Amino acid sequence: MKSAGSTPWAKPRLTTSAMIASIAAEGQRTRPAPFGHALVELARGREDVVGMTADLGKYTDLHIFAQAFPDRYYQMGMAEQLLFAAASGLAAEGFMPFATTYAVFASRRAYDFIHQTIAEEDRNVKIACALPGLTSGYGPSHQAVEDLALFRAMPNMTVIDPCDAHEIEQIVPVIAAHRGPVYMRVLRGQVPLVLDEYNYRFELGKAALLRDGTDVLIISSGIMTMRALEAAQALSDDRVSAAVLHVPTIKPLDTAAILHEAGKPGRLVVVAENHTVIGGLGEAVATLLMRSGVHPPFRQIGLPDEFLAAGALPTLHDRYGISTAEVKRQIKAWLR
Amino acid sequence: MATPTLENAPTLAQRARYIRRNALLMGEVQGQGYIAQALDIADVLAVAYFHAMRFRAEDPAWEGRDRFLLSNGHYAIALYAALIEAGIIPEAELETYGFDESRLPMSGMASYTPGMEMSGGSLGLGLGIAVGMALGLKRKKSAARIFTLFSDGELDEGSKWEAIMSASHHKLDNLIAIVDVNNQQADGPSKQMLGFEPLVDKLEAFGWFVQRVDGNDLDAVVAAFDAAMTHGEPKPRMIVADTLMGKGVPFLEQREKNHFIRVEPHEWQLALSALNAGEQP
Repeated sequence: MKSAGSTPWAKPRLTTSAMIASIAAEGQRTRPAPFGHALVELARGREDVVGMTADLGKYTDLHIFAQAFPDRYYQMGMAEQLLFAAASGLAAEGFMPFATTYAVFASRRAYDFIHQTIAEEDRNVKIACALPGLTSGYGPSHQAVEDLALFRAMPNMTVIDPCDAHEIEQIVPVIAAHRGPVYMRVLRGQVPLVLDEYNYRFELGKAALLRDGTDVLIISSGIMTMRALEAAQALSDDRVSAAVLHVPTIKPLDTAAILHEAGKPGRLVVVAENHTVIGGLGEAVATLLMRSGVHPPFRQIGLPDEFLAAGALPTLHDRYGISTAEVKRQIKAWLR
Repeated sequence: MATPTLENAPTLAQRARYIRRNALLMGEVQGQGYIAQALDIADVLAVAYFHAMRFRAEDPAWEGRDRFLLSNGHYAIALYAALIEAGIIPEAELETYGFDESRLPMSGMASYTPGMEMSGGSLGLGLGIAVGMALGLKRKKSAARIFTLFSDGELDEGSKWEAIMSASHHKLDNLIAIVDVNNQQADGPSKQMLGFEPLVDKLEAFGWFVQRVDGNDLDAVVAAFDAAMTHGEPKPRMIVADTLMGKGVPFLEQREKNHFIRVEPHEWQLALSALNAGEQP
């Protein structure tokens, strides 16, 4: 081992975040494995629910389901193409598979299998994927920065980007009641608990105004809603009034709510997403506004069009502009 | 139509000839098609639909049916020909093949056609779906079986081998797969594209009950299906069917082998005549 002081890497630094590092901040309220527990709750009342995974049961919180319903759990091995084709087959036989893996593998490796065997055939498969966007410090292999763009582009697919444990728990029964394929991002492990304080209920296809404000409207999904709420609070200390419109359903988009809020005069509109700026919520909102003749000042907060670095998540979130401090800093700069 | 068990039912040889005829008529409608494949697989389809499978022509989605998954979607012309012969698709729809708004698109799709259980076209999908359906049937304690047909070229796809491993892992004895070894892919002979022999040894090593037969010898195909359906071990079953592209129409059998063979407008009738002549006792 090199001695301290003689090398450029001697000073204390954050180590690379574990592949499955929690995105919860120090001291933040959390709830464990909300997806897994919600699925168990759902499955108690629905015999048709089965769980499937490709060697990532423990890492998508599906192990909770596996423990509760071992005979309804299908371990397919590390074979994502098989996972989704077989999910289509089980759905064809009347079952409702919740198929889990990491978002990178569903969106990138198995895309054609989901496209053809699930979306095109309109099979009732729920695809639930961990490590959405930049929630792993492991590098591009595990950073699903383009999953929303890819699944948005797929006909028949409903696409959901939840904010916190409270929302994930509510999404599971809602998408089970919806007949058709769904892609949902999953936050796993100790998941932040935020929206329970906002009298919030998830409705499929609906956006929710969590906070009103007069200077800036932040339109956000996923963990960026949590960041937006924190940034809005911080901005209020600087006498900047920020509204936050949470848009968990990326597709179908709640166009009415977005146009209603973005159409209010005098506010900068900022779309914040844990996703590349290409093809996600930001471009979806921009297209909607252009198409509808609504032209507020518009900015995007999102991940750059590049292969992101490995490292510690807090460092990476700062570097790529999606930390709370960076959200606040960028908005203040734009308002100047 | 008469059920296959009646004494007046057509023989399997007649069924196979009608399937070839239906395929040629559809090919003529479009002036093109994967007709050589349809001709090579007609005997296998005749045995599947008129010897092995349980289905109700008037109720193609009958829960107790044996499922047939066409993984090689470009063989749709052959499956339509069989579904017409089975009475699942009206014969009158032959002439709509491949036209706008038809229920019979060039590549098989589940949402278009009664009796079409999956959307093919993108190769390497079918066996994975078959694994899921076979697992689903076992969950339901159904006695129905999954039959799936795929082409030798699909063995190039890694997804096929994922499914081959999985079917064995899950002991899917309700799954019968047929691979059409006609040794022809888009770019040339299959075995020159990506070698897959020795196929029987490979599949046996992967835990399957495997039989290799001349896919154009009806008696051999019948025996293989019978053995696949009655085999006692808890293993998935594979029938490796060696077939001859263009089978039944001598001048197409001898045509330079192409994945998508060229048939001149005047040749469709010649092909039908040759088919009839060749099958006379």
